[in-house]
Amino acid sequence: MSEKTKIIIVAAVLVALLAVTPFANSFVILLITQALIFAILAMSLDILLGFTGLPSLGQAAYLGVGAYLTAILATNYQFGLDGSFWVVIVLGMMLGAVTAAFFGLFAIRATGVYFLMITLALGQCVWGLAYRWNSLTGGDNGINMPGRPEFGIDLADDLTFFYVVFGFFVATLVVLHLLVKSPFGRSLVGIRESELRMRILGYNTWLHKYIAFIIAGGFGGLAGVLWAFLNGLVSPEDVILTTSVDALLMVVLGGPGTLVGATIGAGVVVFLREYLSTLVTWWQYVLGGVYVLTILYLPGGLMGIPERIRQRRTLSAAAERAKAVSASQ
Amino acid sequence: MDTEFWVIQVFNGISYGALLFLLAGGLSLIFGVMRIVNLSHGSYFMLGGYVALTVIWTTDLWVLSIPLAALTIAMVGLIMERVFLRPLGFDPLRQVLMTVGFAFLFQQGALDIWGGDSLDITPPEVLTESVVIADVYFPLYRVFMIAVAVAIGVTIWLTMEKTRMGAMVRAAVDDSEMARGVGVDTSRVSMFIFALGAFLAALGGVIGGAFLGVYPGLDFEILPIAFAVVIIGGMGSLGGAAVGSLIVGLADNFGKALFPEISYFTLYAPMVLILALKPTGLFGRE
Repeated sequence: MSEKTKIIIVAAVLVALLAVTPFANSFVILLITQALIFAILAMSLDILLGFTGLPSLGQAAYLGVGAYLTAILATNYQFGLDGSFWVVIVLGMMLGAVTAAFFGLFAIRATGVYFLMITLALGQCVWGLAYRWNSLTGGDNGINMPGRPEFGIDLADDLTFFYVVFGFFVATLVVLHLLVKSPFGRSLVGIRESELRMRILGYNTWLHKYIAFIIAGGFGGLAGVLWAFLNGLVSPEDVILTTSVDALLMVVLGGPGTLVGATIGAGVVVFLREYLSTLVTWWQYVLGGVYVLTILYLPGGLMGIPERIRQRRTLSAAAERAKAVSASQ
Repeated sequence: MDTEFWVIQVFNGISYGALLFLLAGGLSLIFGVMRIVNLSHGSYFMLGGYVALTVIWTTDLWVLSIPLAALTIAMVGLIMERVFLRPLGFDPLRQVLMTVGFAFLFQQGALDIWGGDSLDITPPEVLTESVVIADVYFPLYRVFMIAVAVAIGVTIWLTMEKTRMGAMVRAAVDDSEMARGVGVDTSRVSMFIFALGAFLAALGGVIGGAFLGVYPGLDFEILPIAFAVVIIGGMGSLGGAAVGSLIVGLADNFGKALFPEISYFTLYAPMVLILALKPTGLFGRE
């Protein structure tokens, strides 16, 4: 499939989503909105994991700082509930990026298992502050949002809010797609494949990874702002370890190194957590099973399935040919 | 804040550290030998507590619940290592997701079997008393926790230093390829260590169940703390785990008593600093 066909397919699916969603019931609209927000988080993580080869175990931290910033501004200063919504979006992304810039100073030097551990520790630092810093974060109870912004259009309407989130999602997809196709994005893939070689070629690999880390943090912050307004409650639950691990699963399940895969993964995980859990009490078996089975049988994620089928076909065709040859002899 | 405050806080910190040593000692060894970031280690702790409760409900014997729970969970760990983790090979990310998948499965399993209430393990009456030294009350149960951790620590240390199996484990931690080269069956060493780690975590769960309780969510609550211990002490070093446990135990207690608002931050920030400055931990080797 050429690059162009792929883009057309993705665009067609997005248009279809945009056309179908208004007819869904309100619960489904909220579900889709949530999936899109977590898709932004998953895509930001994919820049690190899929393209740069940095498995971050603390991506929820950036979602958290974005969400807490939004909640604190909204409750303490009534800021962000009108046209200033757009300012909060920018501030959220900046705070995510600044946090990542600070955390990156510690994390980027580490590789492999140590990178996993240090990002886990950084994520736990944010969680610890959210959980205990009562005067700022409301501690265990979190912060209740006073409502969604209204500026000409009323975001309190779930469908309107979906359109806004959809817009941010598409913008993120486009920006990150352009980023990974850019020379900078190619250098990240080069670092993933062989950091040593890139260094010998004269690239400052530390700086490239650091910038990727900051960009990922920025988009994580964006997801946080949107999540705060969607959920109406910001609590330490948003920054716990399992949120970070879920984000990793979204990327790995969809297929690391494909932004679309991260989106599909986000859709599946949100569906399992939010929808299946309303239907059956044993939904965690399914979630745990998805984790285990993905690792055992889907190393390339869902996006890797067509490739595997093609490989198998080529293999079996080759086997057929070999059989025919040996029969004719 | 007088002397009494400090004495009690230090004592509480040390006894909490003793519990953490049971939890994290195994995790550290597992990491040292297999380089596995095992996110289901907290589940072993929680499941240990639950299995002990079942044993206590059916037999009414607290003493029996400790070895039974630990052995049961050791079997669970052993099966997990043999069937699922060994075939994965070395890939930290896939190991993380695999073990977290199991943590979710264990969580749901525990919820289905033991329900969602917070349960308590009641120790025998003897241990619920306190000893009074110079007008300060020391709960006997905390003394017991320290004693168990010291006994276990010394036993493992002797095993590591004096026996053939211990030498094999140390060889596998230092350089597993070289160890394989000279004929050490590192696959069996890994199996043994993983089972031992699960055993110790479950033991910690039973003993900790009396003062932390046993409830859904305990697994993911205790897990990051175990990692803090392992990171600070150094991965794969038993002595490091002991020192790390003490540091984290004390930091946690004093953090909560002195700066409650940033108490968890005071726990994880040192972890970040140590990882950034000396990734192998205070006592780990390159």
